[in-house]
Amino acid sequence: MLIRIRRPSDIAERDVTPHRLFLSRRSFIAGATALGAIGAGIGAGIAPAAAVLRDGKLPPLDTISESPLSTDEDPTSYKAVTSYNNFYEFGTGKEDPARNAHRLKTRPWTITVDGAVERPGVLDIETLLSDFALEERIYRLRCVEAWSMVVPWVGVPLSAVIDRFAPTSNAKFLRFETLHDPEQMPGQRSSALPWPYVEGLRIDEAVHPLTILAVGLYGSVLPNQNGAPVRLVVPWKYGFKSIKSVVRMTFQETPPTTTWMAMAPNEYGFYANVNPDVDHPRWSQSRERRIGDFLKRPTPMFNGYADEVASLYAGMDLDKSF
Amino acid sequence: MTLKRWLKPLVFAAALLPLAWLVGKALSGGLGLTGGLGANPIEATTRFLGDWALNMLLVTLAVSPLRRLTGWSAVARLRRMLGLFAFFYASLHVMSYVGLDQFFAWREIWADVVKRRYITAGMVAFVILAALAATSPKAAVRALGGRTWQRLHRLVYGAGILVIVHYFWMIKADPTRPALYAVVLAVLLAERVGRRMSAPQAPRADQTLRAAARSRR
Repeated sequence: MLIRIRRPSDIAERDVTPHRLFLSRRSFIAGATALGAIGAGIGAGIAPAAAVLRDGKLPPLDTISESPLSTDEDPTSYKAVTSYNNFYEFGTGKEDPARNAHRLKTRPWTITVDGAVERPGVLDIETLLSDFALEERIYRLRCVEAWSMVVPWVGVPLSAVIDRFAPTSNAKFLRFETLHDPEQMPGQRSSALPWPYVEGLRIDEAVHPLTILAVGLYGSVLPNQNGAPVRLVVPWKYGFKSIKSVVRMTFQETPPTTTWMAMAPNEYGFYANVNPDVDHPRWSQSRERRIGDFLKRPTPMFNGYADEVASLYAGMDLDKSF
Repeated sequence: MTLKRWLKPLVFAAALLPLAWLVGKALSGGLGLTGGLGANPIEATTRFLGDWALNMLLVTLAVSPLRRLTGWSAVARLRRMLGLFAFFYASLHVMSYVGLDQFFAWREIWADVVKRRYITAGMVAFVILAALAATSPKAAVRALGGRTWQRLHRLVYGAGILVIVHYFWMIKADPTRPALYAVVLAVLLAERVGRRMSAPQAPRADQTLRAAARSRR
């Protein structure tokens, strides 16, 4: 029998004060009088909640449920998650997105859904927020550059969204596209990458319970530099698969050519599953640096999600289908 | 006169400023995630030191063209010191990779050097710079003989090219910065090629060497 003893410092993000309690400082303080009797009980939660409030400038999202798919590892600080980003639409430096992404207008925003579906259409961001139940998913994020984070995303399972558009039997792959607008995305004025950014998933990967469309992190609206207003999160693949600021999803029969495959086919494959045994030509993938750590740690197969996803790739040669 | 006396100490102090800036940044706000070097301070440190190794190398390679173009012979006295600063920053860059990034995981480091061509190129360049630094004292010039010494020290051009290649191969997508460095290096090398082609007299090389020996005072 496994007995897990948690240290007090092991509190996971989802264990902190319930979201509604720190919806706004003012209402929290006002409510505190009424809550006086149990004030001592929630006292332990005040510090982390206040930390989130101080750092998170964006409005909180309401009604978020927890998920058993979340990890109980400590989330990377909000500051690091929102200041160390690869989002070449806003520049190739890690700090560029946080500096430049304020130009992005996230309203109005729609995702065009087309291709092999019975009900092609447009998904409005407001519809996404109102019609689907938001869940918190605390996931490991492993970048192909051999660093990693733990991010408390807020989002909806992609499969729920896909159901709405009723893919046909020809829908074998799902192609994603990022906004292409050099006015809002100054990085697109340079030819660092061919624009727009394109990613893709096999349909069984797209409907996997771990795959989400994220609209927030740390309980709040997604900052622009993290891919606002809506982005893909596929935690068992390298970070570049989790395409940001999505405006189009196309169901198709053939695998899409993704941006990085087009850039360097010998370096980036379609699958891009986290795999410590298959090195990128420029980085060993056997270890990673968790942001905030000094020593590197071993990288687990499928970024630690092997139990959930390994069966998707049964019988495939992952050396070749990298 | 005064400038001549103070030039070397001034440049020496200036060449230490990048290191001082790095240390200051690292200490501001603590070494943690919110520190001055951002969320990944080890990566930031390694890249900063690499940038400055390259900057110093290019400044070193600019000394002789500058002297020839302006006739300002005093700068020649700075060449060895600047070259040693290039090696100094290159050493810190390599130490940051070995000690901070890899934390002395020698097996991984060796695998990197052998398997990853950008690291191979960078390491070869570093070995060259180390050899040049080791033979920089006047005694080494005497021991090797001027001609051999000069031939050996022409490897600095190869090191410069390898460093640029190292940078190009490391970049994932946007090659603007290594391309800018490549242009600067190309100009500095072209000046030398142009001079050789326009003045093919033999004694030229020895004159340069004598000037170099004088500059080492």
